[in-house]
Parts: sequence; C-alpha cells; structure tokens
Amino acid sequence: MRELSLNVMDVAQNSVRADARLITITVTESERSDSLTISIADDGCGMTAEQVSQVIDPFFTTRTTRKVGLGVPLFKLSAEQTGGSFSIESEPGKGTTTTARYVKSHVDMTPLGDINSTITILIRCNPDIDFVFIRSNDEHSFTLDTRELRQVLEDVSLDNPDVLEWIGSYLEEQTQLLYGGAKL
Amino acid sequence: MKSLAELKAIRDKARADLDLRKEKPNAARVLVGMATCGIAAGARPVLNAFVEEISKRGLTEDITVTQTGCIGICQFEPVVEVEIPGQEKVTYVKVAPEMVPKIVNDHLVNKNVVTEYTIGAMDDMKE
Repeated sequence: MRELSLNVMDVAQNSVRADARLITITVTESERSDSLTISIADDGCGMTAEQVSQVIDPFFTTRTTRKVGLGVPLFKLSAEQTGGSFSIESEPGKGTTTTARYVKSHVDMTPLGDINSTITILIRCNPDIDFVFIRSNDEHSFTLDTRELRQVLEDVSLDNPDVLEWIGSYLEEQTQLLYGGAKL
Repeated sequence: MKSLAELKAIRDKARADLDLRKEKPNAARVLVGMATCGIAAGARPVLNAFVEEISKRGLTEDITVTQTGCIGICQFEPVVEVEIPGQEKVTYVKVAPEMVPKIVNDHLVNKNVVTEYTIGAMDDMKE
C-alpha cells in the first residue's frame, strides 16, 4: 500500500463485515515522541483468541473468492517495518480494536496519505454505520462523529451528495487548522 | 467554517428535493472493487473520479457509486461493475481515473458499453 490511509480503508472494511454499528478511527501523531498511532475500533462480532492469531497469517481468510487474506498482515507489516508495533484486541460479541504504532522518522515509514478521502468513502459506502474519526497532534485535535450529524440530519441519509461534500470540506478545514499551511 | 447550521440547510434542501422526485428505483449503480487487491491497485482515485464526474454532470440522483468486495479477479483490479436496470451487468477491468469520463459519458449516459475497457476485451488480448 502506498499510503497508510489505504490500509485503514481496507481494515475498516473488516469491521463493516463484522456487522459493526459504530467504527472509531483514531489517528494520533506526535512530533515529540516521534510516533504515529492508528487505531480502528468496532463493536462488531469480535473474534476468539484463535481467530485473532489466524488473521495475522496472510494465508488465512474466511472469504471464498480467493485463498489469501492480506489486509491485516499488510497493516501489521507497515507498522513493524518502522520499528513500531501492532496489536489486535478482540472479544466475541464485544468487538475488535486494531492498533498500529509507527516510528515516524523511520526510513521505511509509509506516508499517512489522504486519510480524509478514506473517511469520506467509508461513510459514503456505509451510510447506515456510524463513524467517529479523531485526529490529533501534540497541540490540537478534532473529531467527526456521524452520530452528531445524524441528529441534525434526522431522516436525511449521510450518503446524500451535499452531506458528503459538507463532510469532505469539514475534514479538510479541520486538518488545515491542525497542521496549518497552504490549502492543497 | 463548516457549521451544523449549514448541515441543517442541506437537510431541508434534501427533503424538498425528495418531495419533488421521490426515490428513483431505476438508478444505475457503479460498484468499485475495494478489497485489499482493489485498494492496492488504485481503486480509491477511481471511485473518487466516478463521484466527481457524476456530480459534475448533475447525475447524482440517477447513478449511485458504491464499493464492493473482491470478486476474485485480483489481477485485473481496479475492477468496476456497471449495473443499469434492464441491462446486463458490465465489468470493466484495470480502470484508471482517466478512463472514468468515457465510461460515464458513453455507457452511463448514452448506454453504449466501452467494449475496449471490459473484461471481455482483456480476454481477447491474451489469445
């Protein structure tokens, strides 16, 4: 994967398939501790300890269309190749939390990339699931919580084109406030 | 600044729009393969290109863009399936964002399949 945001999009879809109602994606960056942490938490069906050990095996998958399952192994590798770490906590019936920790300055660090695009696409394609996206650095943080948007939107769906545009612009604006600099 | 008040206005507009046309049962669907294989091959810019092209042409009510999983032809990713009610489903392979305007214009708008981008054309090449 060329961007970590693509790994996030991939792994978040495991949560979708696990029938999650709420998926929380957290991206925490720190210059001070030279780290980037990405976590994807869901309230889906969860896994047993045995299944958790299987998902990090690239040659294990529950799907029938092909014989390999590379989503989680690639995400794990992306973190470990920077000297970081990777963990999955899961409990059947409760949900799963996948956390990848990166050493930002490492030569093998993959750029985070367009995480906002990932979040917008996830909402567009799964308008019935709630997403919470929290992004922070040493100074500030911002949150997008679709449950709050839903309260305002009432019967209007999150995949309404104008709503998606609002979400895209909101994320762009907030990211710019977080990091400053010119508008891309 | 994006405010919740703005979102409220969007809600009211969406409601008014809905009263005018109601749900369109005949909406065409564009399905972009977004499993690990699709994503790694560049499906995200393709999906974004479809969304952009469709909104540019004001067709958001007539065509929905969504994702699908892996359909087992990972070597041909990014794979895009186009479903138009009453017509056979068409599978486009190795789709790049540059190919999207042509697919939208020729196929989704004018109902002419872009044969050279389909999986059938790919098979012919092999022979």
